[in-house]
Amino acid sequence: MSMFRRTFPRKARDLRRYPGFRAMTWACMIFLYGPIIVIAIYSFNEIRSITVWGGFSLDWYVMAFKDELIQRAAITSLIVAVSASTISTCFAIAAAIAMRRRMFRGREGVFVIISLPLIVPEIISAVASLAFFVLVGIPLGIGSILLAHSVFCIPFAYLPISSRLDGIEPYFDEAARDLYANGWRAFTHVLFPLMFPGVLSGFMLAFIISLDDFIITNFVAGPGATTLPLAIYGLVRTGLTPEINAISTLLLGVSITFVTLSYLVGRMQARVSP
Amino acid sequence: MADVVQPALPESTKRRERAQRLLRATLLMPSLLTITAFLVAPLFIILVYSFLTPGTYGGVIWEFTPNAYIQFLFERDIFDDSLVFSTAYLGIYGRSFIQAVVSTSICFLIGFPTAYFIATRPVRQKNMWVLLVTVPYWVNLLIRTIAMLFLIRDEGPLNHTLIWLGAISDPIHIAYTYYGVGIGLVYSYLPFMILPIYATIERFDFRLVEAARDLYADRWTTMWRIILPLCRPGIVAGSLLVFIPSLGSFIAPDLLGGGKNLMIGNLIALQFQGSRNWPFGSAAAMILMTVVLVTLVFYARQQSRAKVRLH
Repeated sequence: MSMFRRTFPRKARDLRRYPGFRAMTWACMIFLYGPIIVIAIYSFNEIRSITVWGGFSLDWYVMAFKDELIQRAAITSLIVAVSASTISTCFAIAAAIAMRRRMFRGREGVFVIISLPLIVPEIISAVASLAFFVLVGIPLGIGSILLAHSVFCIPFAYLPISSRLDGIEPYFDEAARDLYANGWRAFTHVLFPLMFPGVLSGFMLAFIISLDDFIITNFVAGPGATTLPLAIYGLVRTGLTPEINAISTLLLGVSITFVTLSYLVGRMQARVSP
Repeated sequence: MADVVQPALPESTKRRERAQRLLRATLLMPSLLTITAFLVAPLFIILVYSFLTPGTYGGVIWEFTPNAYIQFLFERDIFDDSLVFSTAYLGIYGRSFIQAVVSTSICFLIGFPTAYFIATRPVRQKNMWVLLVTVPYWVNLLIRTIAMLFLIRDEGPLNHTLIWLGAISDPIHIAYTYYGVGIGLVYSYLPFMILPIYATIERFDFRLVEAARDLYADRWTTMWRIILPLCRPGIVAGSLLVFIPSLGSFIAPDLLGGGKNLMIGNLIALQFQGSRNWPFGSAAAMILMTVVLVTLVFYARQQSRAKVRLH
């Protein structure tokens, strides 16, 4: 053993290595990605059979795009996701600036309230929101969906923004103030450009969280409005079809793109950091 | 804080501080108001609802009664109106609890080696692996569960491939069973276990492992006595992040359990959709919320105790 160590010092002496851990990691990746990849492959299957491969085709995508229910649901989803993520990002920017590097009484309480949507199990938020909207008399529909989404998007937008702000030294905006910029100009010309990667990252996360939400939307949507996940769920109830595979694959593609972009923006911010 | 320590501040500083406090309140207001009005208030409402009488077509009648909570433990006999002890609902809670514990354990068994392997890679590879684990964490849970259902159902690609390979002659029934739900939960929340453990191992001082090996501990003793105990904070955090959503999960048992393997989340949902007993649903939600809060408080206390021990 000792001779072996001397001959191959780097590999054999890596005390951190454990046999089987690499295999487990690969198994884990196959487990995480296998189902997604399989459903994506089958969405291009020419024939309806789910066991036989009948050749490549985009028919199911064409069919999904032509489906009027899906079209309307996609539009609703997009409107809600864009509005909810914009609203929550604006709120989160304000809150993150207020919380930045300042200790004040009640700071921890404020943080708990902002992260509350992450702590409360989704099913509880869902039924509570339903009970609330019915009691207060807010009609169930696109408005109630938007309200509910804005709430749970706030922490998702807040976390990347505040972590970005923590990396910006206060002397940047102090310098701006010394050069006679007023508070607003210091914000628009100095602080905001510096924190922008965090804002973008938070916005994208809020956007996909809203686009993907099923449980809360399911309860507060009412009969009038349907989002994409609700439409997919409705279709699944009647049986799995290649059309579902196609829409699912599309939505997966959108989410994966946004997460990857958000991650890359986050990395970029780490490198540019002052 | 500052105004307590320094009693005699000049007037201008005081004014500036007041202005700053006002600005801070204004900036915090939109987020706090939104969350308070549309989440805290609703939670309070279902707390109240859990003590009211159910309306005939959903909703509530404003009459106080603890019936919703009594209904958990007792069934009212139709003939003589007496209360008979019943385990139907307790059973759902018990089953959900076991299901959540088992999936958390499996997540740990898969997640720890994965997190460890990723954390000990060179930086470049590390970032790629972390991205690979992070992506499923954000991707639509409903669609991921549908994909899993598609894969493991009786006539799905998994069974088909196994039969084609000759490994089995009849499809294995996984979908719509207890095991199906378990697989769905592990699949849903596995990244929540890997990421916090990864974060602790990344900060781990591997000179300790060297020291252990120098003192003739073998690989697995080092793992058991040195690495695992020191990675406890990450393991506990990961377990909580898997356990809490598993306990209240709705999608996995709904799609993969096929209506036979109800969990707490489905019980709550049913009361607000199908059988329409809002007070009972609210009580079920409140009990779940209590379990979650107790778990979190327990965790927070452990954390602070661990901090004291370190100092």
